Amino acid sequence: MSAQLAVETKDLGRIYKIRGSKKEKAVRKELIALENVNIEVRQGELFGLLGPNGAGKTTLIKILTTLLAPTSGWARVAGADVSQEPHRVRPSINMVSGGESSGYGLLTVRENLWMFSQFYGIPSKEANEKIEQLMKMVGMSDRLHTKSSDLSTGLRQKMNIVRGFLTDPQVLFLDEPTLGLDVGASRDVRKFILEWLKEDGKRTLLLTTHYMVEADELCDRVAIINKGKVLACDTPSALKQRLQRDALFEIDTSPLNGLTESALEALPEVRKAALTEIEGGARLKLTLVEESALASVINILTQKNVKVMRLTKQEPTLEDVFVDLVGRSMAEEESNDRAEH
Amino acid sequence: MNFSESWRSFRMATWLGWQIESNWTDPFLFAVYSIVKPLSGAAILVVMYAVISQGDFTSPMFPYIYLGNAFYIYVGAVMTGVSWAVVDDREHYKTLKYMYIAPIRIPLYLLGRGVARFITGSIAVIITITAGVLFLKVPLNFAEINWPLFFLTLILGVIMLAMLGLLLAGITLTVARHEGFIGEATAGALYIFSGAVFPLDVLPNGFRQVGFFMPTTYWLELLRRSLVGNIAEAFPTLSAFSNGQLLGILVALSIFFGVMGVFVFRRCDRIARERGLIDRTTNY
Repeated sequence: MSAQLAVETKDLGRIYKIRGSKKEKAVRKELIALENVNIEVRQGELFGLLGPNGAGKTTLIKILTTLLAPTSGWARVAGADVSQEPHRVRPSINMVSGGESSGYGLLTVRENLWMFSQFYGIPSKEANEKIEQLMKMVGMSDRLHTKSSDLSTGLRQKMNIVRGFLTDPQVLFLDEPTLGLDVGASRDVRKFILEWLKEDGKRTLLLTTHYMVEADELCDRVAIINKGKVLACDTPSALKQRLQRDALFEIDTSPLNGLTESALEALPEVRKAALTEIEGGARLKLTLVEESALASVINILTQKNVKVMRLTKQEPTLEDVFVDLVGRSMAEEESNDRAEH
Repeated sequence: MNFSESWRSFRMATWLGWQIESNWTDPFLFAVYSIVKPLSGAAILVVMYAVISQGDFTSPMFPYIYLGNAFYIYVGAVMTGVSWAVVDDREHYKTLKYMYIAPIRIPLYLLGRGVARFITGSIAVIITITAGVLFLKVPLNFAEINWPLFFLTLILGVIMLAMLGLLLAGITLTVARHEGFIGEATAGALYIFSGAVFPLDVLPNGFRQVGFFMPTTYWLELLRRSLVGNIAEAFPTLSAFSNGQLLGILVALSIFFGVMGVFVFRRCDRIARERGLIDRTTNY
């Protein structure tokens, strides 16, 4: 079975020990970044890790790419244990981290890419041909001789993405690859990813993102991760089907006058209520067991003198799945996490 | 160990190191900088010596200091060159993690990055010594130089400095802040304890013993003996030892520090992975 799996983890955990401030030098806090993570990514699969910032996605990628040692459990990539046999893992993998401008600014784009290809032992001629082909695919053919320090952040990120694909890894890890890119560039990258996977059925890609649409559009399967735990793992459509039986409504209202989520959730047949502040009022995301429950929600809003500005019925999205699993939207989870730390 | 993997790690790192060392400015400025920097360093020392010795450039102390200082350029260049690659890649270029996940040998990659510093260091040493011979009458007689001893010592010393650099690179990996000062601090300490600009005899006994444990002490002494043997003999610190004995001590200490370098690097590499320090950025 393992031969079919590109990535496999068993009870994988990672705890960071954090030193206190100078005053509390002796105090050592622990941060659980990953807890008992069990995932299996099949060969040829585009697997997504979806979660808010700080959920543990990057920590997991770092462990799988041999950069970080786990504190418990084990992980295998391309059939080799990442802790025990990192030298066997590395020829089979590559990684791209989004939102950063890494690379040697003194070198041209071609020199940067060629150098990395040489570290992987790709013959020089083959590497140069591949560089031209990939640069054309990302629309940067005219930038081959530009010093990478002269590139914009977006173009530098595209160069970095080419670096990841250039070595034709069996397993490619993309950590938030479209972070910081504009809409057009993000679309180009997504298209490029799908084309690359289509070329060879044995290529596997593990993608982390906190963009729901990206996960929904690209991934064969998605693991939803929060606070270091995998909460659910399935195809996007299967995950959304979990909520299909429920009716989902989004209501924009005037200020809520003290009305809380728990007051709404106390109503019969209201499964979940999530509130977000918007300009001039609030946005309610409701998961109702029956559509008829909407009447009681409207009723309580009226009692509180809350005006309904807009009401829409929604098909479930991965965001709704996240809200259903965590009880908060991803944005709220991020801001809550920031407040805690 | 896979030879092709090791060779490409070293070869490509050397290429990268040279690109970084030579491409930071235009070729003319690079040439001016390469000449002016070592000469400025030597000039400071010469002026200090002139003031203290009241202009006595005929004393054997002058070539002792001048040559010791000239060859000490290698210590800063090679040793800190290797360890600085960690800081440069991790903090500045943010590429260390990509090097770490590539199928290369990281110690050989770091040693390769030091080669460019060795080349620029060699240029600085040659310029400094040439200026000393031409303008300050450093008594260097090419016919009397013991060339085999000189080259053997030089090669041994550079390998020893590279391994010390690897040791420092390991420590640098585990330090998340102020890691840039580790190389400088070590090079500064060795400057005092290696008899670079004054014989070890002038140090208090405790410090002198530290100097006797440093391979750089024997390396500098052998370089002086190979170039200006008669002048080196004027200083009693190591006069009891023959060239062969000094070479033996240098080889033994180089092996010791070489093994330490590999051991410390491996240990620190593991600690860095455990603590998540491979891609930590703090200073830039």
